Amino acid sequence: MNWVDWVILAARVVVVFFALLISVLLYIWMERKVIADMQTRAGPMRAGPRGILVTLADGIKLFFKEGITPTNADRVVYEIAPILAMFPAFLAFAVIPFGTHVTLFGRTIQFQLADLNIGLLWILAMTSVGVYGVVLAGWSSGSNYPLLGSIRSTAQMISYEVGMGLALVAVLMYTGTLRMSGIVAYQATHVWNIVPQFPAFVVFMICALAEVNRPPFDLAEAESELVAGFHTEYSGIKFAMFYLGEYVNTVTVSSIAVTLFLGGWRGPHPGWALWLWPLLWFLFKLTAVIYVLILVRGTLPRLRYDRLMNFGWKVLIPFGLFWVLATGAIIVFPDRYGRTRGTFIAASAILGVGLIASLVIPVLQKPTQEVPS
Amino acid sequence: MSDEPRDAVEPEEPGRPPVPQGLGASAWAMAKGMATVFKQTFRRDNTERYPDVIVPSPERSHIGRHLLNRHENGLEKCIGCELCAFACPADAIWVEGANNDPENPVSPGERYAEDYQVNYLRCIMCGLCVEACPTRALTLTSYYEMAFTSREDAIWTKERLLEPPPPLGTDPVDREG
Repeated sequence: MNWVDWVILAARVVVVFFALLISVLLYIWMERKVIADMQTRAGPMRAGPRGILVTLADGIKLFFKEGITPTNADRVVYEIAPILAMFPAFLAFAVIPFGTHVTLFGRTIQFQLADLNIGLLWILAMTSVGVYGVVLAGWSSGSNYPLLGSIRSTAQMISYEVGMGLALVAVLMYTGTLRMSGIVAYQATHVWNIVPQFPAFVVFMICALAEVNRPPFDLAEAESELVAGFHTEYSGIKFAMFYLGEYVNTVTVSSIAVTLFLGGWRGPHPGWALWLWPLLWFLFKLTAVIYVLILVRGTLPRLRYDRLMNFGWKVLIPFGLFWVLATGAIIVFPDRYGRTRGTFIAASAILGVGLIASLVIPVLQKPTQEVPS
Repeated sequence: MSDEPRDAVEPEEPGRPPVPQGLGASAWAMAKGMATVFKQTFRRDNTERYPDVIVPSPERSHIGRHLLNRHENGLEKCIGCELCAFACPADAIWVEGANNDPENPVSPGERYAEDYQVNYLRCIMCGLCVEACPTRALTLTSYYEMAFTSREDAIWTKERLLEPPPPLGTDPVDREG
């Protein structure tokens, strides 16, 4: 690599960073407008045409507000926590392919920051690091509500990460690669993963909602119970970092869903401007996924904490395990016994296990509580 | 007592079908809910775009500032009896009565209000003063744009109260923001 490559690399990093930032500003605006529409309100209207600059105005306001540090706070950790919450979200986006490539001055520029051969693992790693921001923020604030909120959300995020991991494992087994561009390429020659891997998609979306602390899984910042959860004591620019990190996470998780299940940046194109259409397709799919997330937010009330945990551990994880097994059957049996017979064996095996599970689980889940006298 | 929190079991009501339980029923309920919310998207907003579009208040509404009325011949209706000040639960009204000059009366009769002030930091717009007024001198209007920037501005004097309210959306102080 000579110096031009380094410059191009730096430029790509900067461009992706700011593109993500701007898209987050727009998606926050979109979320507020869509939610307002659902509630027959107008939403933000004053800053810019139809309020499109409202997030920018919010950001500027937060930037100039006083950042208060509580007396009991652990200074160093208190300063680091928002950064830890924000940057993993940006880093996870590095492996997302959001287009093909463009050839400029004889150099091919990929529309993906890093095509790691362990892309899926990288995503799991970064989402796990994001938990630290929440934990440390709650702990270092030296205050009770943030501590409670951070404990809740830590438990929640770790629990749902297991389910998310299982959904990703199913996709990994099915496509046979951890490389994000490889998964997109696989879906170009086969049907989109959302069809054969629909259960994994559902598990992934639910876990993703919980993972990024979005409603209806926003127990970490349940306003009605915990003031604002782990970021109660944060103000000014540090609060803005949490806010930004949360929404970058949302965008990242949605783009993971697009890449893994919805065919990534691929889509029909008219044959000219070949670098542009993948970008547009990616944006379109991303917006569609985010719209669904907003719809869920606009509809469902917040879960109770014990039900959240029950749902994660007793429903999603067993089902995720079952689906990993089923994916294995779908992959292995047709190879071994021929297409027709193998498919039949796999289908009957899945059905059999499902039947046994549906008979056994209700017995296991039978409430054992006694009525107190 | 078991450690697990018990789910609230709804008492069986006669005539009410039992709430369906289980994952399938829950998923169906959620889907129905989301469809309902999605349909709301296409309904018209209820929001009033207030500073851009000022919807006039109903003609007979009395939701805003006070107005001291005059007789048709130009004399003030207020006779300075202070009943409004007595009726006011927020102690927002200050009236000082004085004897009319017979040559040059301000109001018909013996007495008139030499000073009349309403403090809009105190006023709660209850309208008890209007009910108390024996001569219908004091009424409420539908003018509600009463932004002020200092305590002194919040106290409306007799001269300002005698002026009929301008059309909504013309107050220069309100326009500033």
